[in-house]
Amino acid sequence: MNAEIEWTEQVKKVAANIRLRGFRYVMQNNGGYLSQICSSAEMLAYLYCRGMNLGPSTAPMIPEPFKGVPGEGRPYVSGADYNGPKGPTLDRFIFSPAHYALPLYVALIEVGRMAPEGLAEFNQDGSTVELISAEHSPGAEVTSGSLAQALSVAGGIALARRMKGDTGNVWVMMSDGEFQEGQTWEAVQALANYKLDNIKVIVDVNEQQCDGPMESVMAIGSLEDKLNAFGAYAVDVDGHDIEAFDRLAQTDTKGKPLFILARTNPTKGVEIMETKRPTLHYLRFSSADEKASFQKAYDAMAQEV
Amino acid sequence: MEIVSRPHVNNFIEWSKDKPEVVVLTADLSNSCEVGRWRDTYPDRFFPMGMAEQNMMGMAAGMAKEGFTPFIHTFAVFIYRRPYDQLAMSIAYPNLKVRLMGFLPGIVTPGGVTHQAIEDVAIMRATPNMTIFDTGDATEVESVLDVAQAVDGPVYVRFLRGDMPRLFPKNEPMVFNRARVLSDGDDLTILTSSVVTEEALRAVSVLKTRGTSVNHLHVSTLKPFTDPTVLEAIKRSKNGVITMENHSIIGGLGSAVAELMAEHAIGKPLIRLGLKDMYAHGASKNYLMKEYGLDAISLVKGVEELLNKSLNINEADLENVRIEDANSSAKVEAL
Ligand SMILES: Cc1ncc(C[n+]2csc(CCOP(=O)(O)OP(=O)(O)O)c2C)c(N)n1
Repeated sequence: MNAEIEWTEQVKKVAANIRLRGFRYVMQNNGGYLSQICSSAEMLAYLYCRGMNLGPSTAPMIPEPFKGVPGEGRPYVSGADYNGPKGPTLDRFIFSPAHYALPLYVALIEVGRMAPEGLAEFNQDGSTVELISAEHSPGAEVTSGSLAQALSVAGGIALARRMKGDTGNVWVMMSDGEFQEGQTWEAVQALANYKLDNIKVIVDVNEQQCDGPMESVMAIGSLEDKLNAFGAYAVDVDGHDIEAFDRLAQTDTKGKPLFILARTNPTKGVEIMETKRPTLHYLRFSSADEKASFQKAYDAMAQEV
Repeated sequence: MEIVSRPHVNNFIEWSKDKPEVVVLTADLSNSCEVGRWRDTYPDRFFPMGMAEQNMMGMAAGMAKEGFTPFIHTFAVFIYRRPYDQLAMSIAYPNLKVRLMGFLPGIVTPGGVTHQAIEDVAIMRATPNMTIFDTGDATEVESVLDVAQAVDGPVYVRFLRGDMPRLFPKNEPMVFNRARVLSDGDDLTILTSSVVTEEALRAVSVLKTRGTSVNHLHVSTLKPFTDPTVLEAIKRSKNGVITMENHSIIGGLGSAVAELMAEHAIGKPLIRLGLKDMYAHGASKNYLMKEYGLDAISLVKGVEELLNKSLNINEADLENVRIEDANSSAKVEAL
């Protein structure tokens, strides 16, 4: 097997495992952020296995309990440690859509940066594995649960790294709902103005938000057109096509920030989620029967993978 | 005690029926703020603004200028943090009738620091023209609509959602700038608001059995803060005052009481219970209330500190108390 085939096989396997473990957890939890697992499995697998140049995790395999908030003289553990040390040639990962915490934690497990037991801490009292990630949560470097703030922070990091002569990139993951906030566009404007081509953004364009399809809540039009008009290098791709991600990641954007617009299917791999349309944001079972049919779908998936 | 599930859903629909001027604006949290059914009932008066709070404030201001009364529904944090400038300049300064319904006040959510409104009252109190209400039970969630609508200017409401107790009789609606007297006494005065009142009721019922006479008031109007009931209660107290709030101890109920006491030269001890100038984190409501000292036992400890004596009350004593509908404030006031 040549190297090219090897990485794609690995990423696909990790993506499948993210779906499987995520789905299992959501069943145990009696609901949760399943559509985000469906849509983002490939992009998270790609980022951790291929896209990002990260060192090994420096954090404990089982996340430590919450010790306190940042402040003078207080010990504080950063979730960024799960993404490895900082270094001039290494990439950084800024995770923006904090409600995608569950897919992120599951991805960390599947790539060996967190122990499977860590998931038992999810949304538990006193845990850092929070429902909505904060910067002490595994994999998170920025407290981004008030959405559409992290891209600006990433921009600052990218600007600073360029001043320091770092060659590593700053990778950012975002959700499409974040493009409804004005701050996102202020950030893009600044990234383009400062020609920050060391920043690479991947967006889960699942066209969904809390209240349902974005089109029915607040239409945002073509992100590709808008971002390019703002001076970014933005390209629409199939959101589950890891090779398309890779082609873009390797492209010379000639001084422009890269936006990989991953047009995803929010029910990908979990066909039964289709029954929950139009509102997919958070899976809640409306009856025991419904839960049973989801359980059956999970069992079938478990057989296959 | 009666537990009411999602009282706002139907109550708000009913209430809006004969008020065509009422419009609702949301920022992608319609179902989370219990107005999904309102949207389906009055689709022509419902305007989803997307996850774009700053713009939403301006749009609400514009509609208010044209004679509508926008009821913004979103999480409290997303009302006063990101779009504060728009709120202050487009809504508060022109004194527009916009109703800001802030859900998840304080530490009632596991959503963590980004979802916990712990300094909202401080910021809104400092905002000229703003009126502030803080609901404590189903009766207040239902009746705050009338109280808010009577205000000729912007109103911020700390709103409860989901399952909640009915602490106060349904036929005793919230009254503007009037605290509810839940227990009468003069050893000390306890002032509570929001979800903390339920905890305090448990503590007070045990305190009473230990020979401590407590004047317990539930405060739901946080601005203005000129209620004579509150001032009288503070004056009467022999040993001092305790405030306990679902908020930072800076700028909220405790601060308002401190200002009132200073302005009236009332030289008595004041203990402010609440978040001690620190951000919280994501965990269950009960866990956080314990961690940050907003539970019944923390209030008992505050009372012991104020009275400088041990009352021999433990967690088990407090567990045993079932809270019945709190006594009518009207009756107490009539004394
Ligand atoms: C500033 C801000 N406003 C509102 C929210 C509440 N919120 C959490 S997730 C979300 C949905 C946004 O859509 P998207 O990020 O695309 O997520 P998806 O539904 O696709 O998971 C909203 C509005 C928030 N977290 N931050």
